[in-house]
Amino acid sequence: MSTKRKLILDSNLLEITVSRLCHQLLEVHENFENTVILGLQPRGIFLAQMIHTRLESEVGKKINLGFLDTTFYRDDFRRRQTPAKANTTKVDFIIESKNVVVIDDVLFTGRSVRAALDAMMAFGRPNKVELLVLMDRKYTRDLPIAADYVGKEVNTIESQRVLVELEAQGFKKNKIWLINTEN
Amino acid sequence: MSQLSQKHLLGIKDITRKDIELIFETASNFKEVINRPIKKVPSLRDITIANVFFENSTRTRLSFELAEKRLSADVVNFSSSTSSVKKGETLLDTVNNILAMKVDMVVMRHSSPGAPHFLSRNIEANIVNAGDGTHEHPTQALLDTFSIQEKCGHLEGLKVAIIGDILHSRVAISNILALKKLGAEVMVCGPITLLPKNITLLGVRVELDVQKALNWCDVANILRIQLERQQIKYFPSLREYSLYYGINKKLLESLNKEITIMHPGPINRGVELNSDVADSEHSIILDQVENGVAVRMAVLYLLAGVN
Repeated sequence: MSTKRKLILDSNLLEITVSRLCHQLLEVHENFENTVILGLQPRGIFLAQMIHTRLESEVGKKINLGFLDTTFYRDDFRRRQTPAKANTTKVDFIIESKNVVVIDDVLFTGRSVRAALDAMMAFGRPNKVELLVLMDRKYTRDLPIAADYVGKEVNTIESQRVLVELEAQGFKKNKIWLINTEN
Repeated sequence: MSQLSQKHLLGIKDITRKDIELIFETASNFKEVINRPIKKVPSLRDITIANVFFENSTRTRLSFELAEKRLSADVVNFSSSTSSVKKGETLLDTVNNILAMKVDMVVMRHSSPGAPHFLSRNIEANIVNAGDGTHEHPTQALLDTFSIQEKCGHLEGLKVAIIGDILHSRVAISNILALKKLGAEVMVCGPITLLPKNITLLGVRVELDVQKALNWCDVANILRIQLERQQIKYFPSLREYSLYYGINKKLLESLNKEITIMHPGPINRGVELNSDVADSEHSIILDQVENGVAVRMAVLYLLAGVN
């Protein structure tokens, strides 16, 4: 089995992309008066934190940020070899009648987002929900789910993997790879 | 590793420290879930669980049932007092009949030690021991140790005294095994007649004087006098037991430190524990009950995930 990897987003480009995403959010949500941010565990929280920090300094006031774990809402429990490990959910505010921006790193089959929508409803009925992803893997969706804000679209096949390495996760540099696994 | 090493939870004896830590980690996630406005998750929606109780229980059974319902499992309840067991059906037949109705998990309490072990060798479903005679009560020990960890922040090196009727207590044995696996020091204390003969083989200290035990420990787990299991007189009278081994406010105030008080319930108020202690800020008895649901959710969830 050989593994080839290709850099699809480097540190500089990622900086520009994240900054663009923030401005797109500001365009729609203005001063974030009635908007909250939910980062999806385990990897979406790092991007959510990056975006949250920037937005707060742009807006100049506090914006609610929560972390949502979808493990207990997944549809593949007992269908995988080992059960997924749960992570902390930390949502210290109610999302009733709020606009919610859900943030994840990679959009693949759409099943995590489906689980996230279910998980979110335990904290109230939001007014409007939007999805922001850094990498959108096209043509791989199992469910009719689309992102509202996309960092970069990539054409991939199922055997490939998109690997996001962020400094916040402990990596030296922000880098995003496309990994080919050939059998 | 996010999977338990065992398909059943028969006793603390059979599981590893890693298993216990995984259960704790999952339980704290579930504790957050049961404090949400909507306390239910859909994880076990395709699972049916039978609660088979051959012995009386209020807390454990309610706690299991709530845990199962919060995980969206289908639940059937069975108690021996209202069933065909009275007509002479064997344990294996009873459970096989329940399983023929496509049940995936069995939570069982039985008065005979080893009953769940026997079942686990004969049937396919996951078995959770909810207390077998005077043998083990693993989920109680897990919730007790989880509560201690939550209160004290750690278990390694912590001193825990288990006080009362050790001889008839499955809670004591499971607690000792769990505490030792997690690195705590354990002492048992009670009248000599209520201490099992070779208890020191489990690596615990033995103390007959309750004041000395309390002075030694950081946490005291007070056990109930199990009159229903005592066929002979082990001590002259409840009044005398209370006089020598009952925990009251005066006794706690005479210590030169603060300790945490636990009790697995049901409390015999005024016998092993006085109300002025049971309802005081030192007691974490009601936290134990809350944690019970979270810990049982974790156990059921993790067992369901074992292939």
